[in-house]
Order: sequence, then structure tokens, then C-alpha cells
Amino acid sequence: MNPHQPHIEIKKEITGGDFSTAGGISSELKNILQQAGLPPQFIRRVVIATYEAEMNVVIHAYRGTFSTSIYPDHVQVVLEDEGPGIPDVDLAFQEGFSTAPAHIREMGFGAGYGLSNMKKCSNQIDIQTQVGKGTKVMMTFWLDPSQVKSSVSV
Amino acid sequence: MTLREIKELLQAEILTGEELLDIEPTSICGSDLLSDVLAFTKEKSLLLTGLTNSQVIRTAEMSDLIGIVFVRGKRPDNATIELATIKKIPLLTTRLPMFESCGRLYQGGARGCSEVK
Repeated sequence: MNPHQPHIEIKKEITGGDFSTAGGISSELKNILQQAGLPPQFIRRVVIATYEAEMNVVIHAYRGTFSTSIYPDHVQVVLEDEGPGIPDVDLAFQEGFSTAPAHIREMGFGAGYGLSNMKKCSNQIDIQTQVGKGTKVMMTFWLDPSQVKSSVSV
Repeated sequence: MTLREIKELLQAEILTGEELLDIEPTSICGSDLLSDVLAFTKEKSLLLTGLTNSQVIRTAEMSDLIGIVFVRGKRPDNATIELATIKKIPLLTTRLPMFESCGRLYQGGARGCSEVK
């Protein structure tokens, strides 16, 4: 088995503003990771991070794609959206900072922990964003976090 | 303390998941902020909340929570209850407000997310 080839690849569309199905992709991903026999603690941090990211697209963007590659030793998730972009990424990572509107806060979101929680749950997170165009979030989750360094040289 | 004992202490009604009430939560969390639940709860916790939208169920699913109690007599819509049934997340509703619900459970020996490892 080639460890550099993904076992499973998933690509799904996200519709901005559609709260009835929001979270459905992270839910599907959880099922797939469970079927793959991965440890519950690992699955928990992957799906908490992807759910936060999926909600961000639903809350802030017009549409987006959610792509996952599952490798034997890690999971890679890329969310790419067409939306307003993030004017100040450092500020967006600050706990408590949120631009979510009132109706989102009424649902229980918008406390400003999304990005910092995604960073906490993942082993690597990269954000590329362009104001007025959209945002791309890439997250990597290692089953054994001590492998993070070695992955850089591959 | 099992969910069944919690149901008695809170004089709660079961909305779904009667067969799952013998589970014991490792800790209990009371929050109306899903962002906080996602960032701070431990797995196998029970959530007390006044929120009733379907994202509460999604949050519980992602965080591996073992059940939800709606306080102040709140009740989610049928689609939300259905989602919880599919995801095997028991739902209870109590007429007690948040503070009194938390107080009764703490007095009964339950502990919070910051008190368990």
C-alpha cells in the first residue's frame, strides 16, 4: 500500500446560507472515519474542526467545496469558498473576534472561537484568502502528531 | 449518575432515546453558545441548553456528547428530534430553568467539564 496515495477521497458542495443541511458533510465524514476504524479521539478533533469550517462557509460565503483525502496515517481537508474573504486573518484567529450577524449568534454561533478551535484541533492549518473573492482553508490531521515534522520534508 | 437518574432529578420528559438512558455522562455542561460547546466540552458529556435548532444536534454529534437536555420547557421541532433519533442522541426537556437544572445536578453529584480529566 502506498502511504502517499489517499485511501478515500471525498468532494462535496456547500451552499451558503443553507442551515438545514449545514453540518451534513462533517457528519458523513465522521461515519466514513468510523468505518475506517480510526480512534474516536482522532475522529472527534477532525470533525469538530471540519464542522467549524463547514459552518463558516454556510454562515459567510455564497458557496464552497469540501474536499477530504484520507491517507493511512493522516487526513487532509480543504474547504474552498466563493465569499467575502477575510480582511485580517490574524484578527480572525483571535479568540472572541467574530463578524457573524445577529441571526447567527441567535443560533449559538459567532462567539469567535471557530478559527482558533480549528487550529487547536488540527496539526497544520493554512488559510489563503482574497477580500471579495473567497477563502481556502487547508487542514491536516495526523494520527500520530509526532509525524508532523517528518511530513514537511516529504 | 445515569441519564435516567438525571431525568428524575429534573422531572424531565423524554423526546427521543429512551433506550439510551442507562448511559452515564462523564461531565455536564450548560451552555447556549455552540461555539463554546465545540471548543470546551469533553467527549461523553451531557449538554444542558436553551437552544433548540438542528445545529445543537450536529454540535453534539461532532463533540461525541451522550445527550441533550432542553431547559425552560423548550422543545425542538420534529425534524430536529428526528435527526437526534437517527444519530442516537437522547433528548430530554425540563420545565426548570438553566440555573436550577444545573444546581440540582451538581447537588446530586454530577460534575462539570473543567472538573474531569
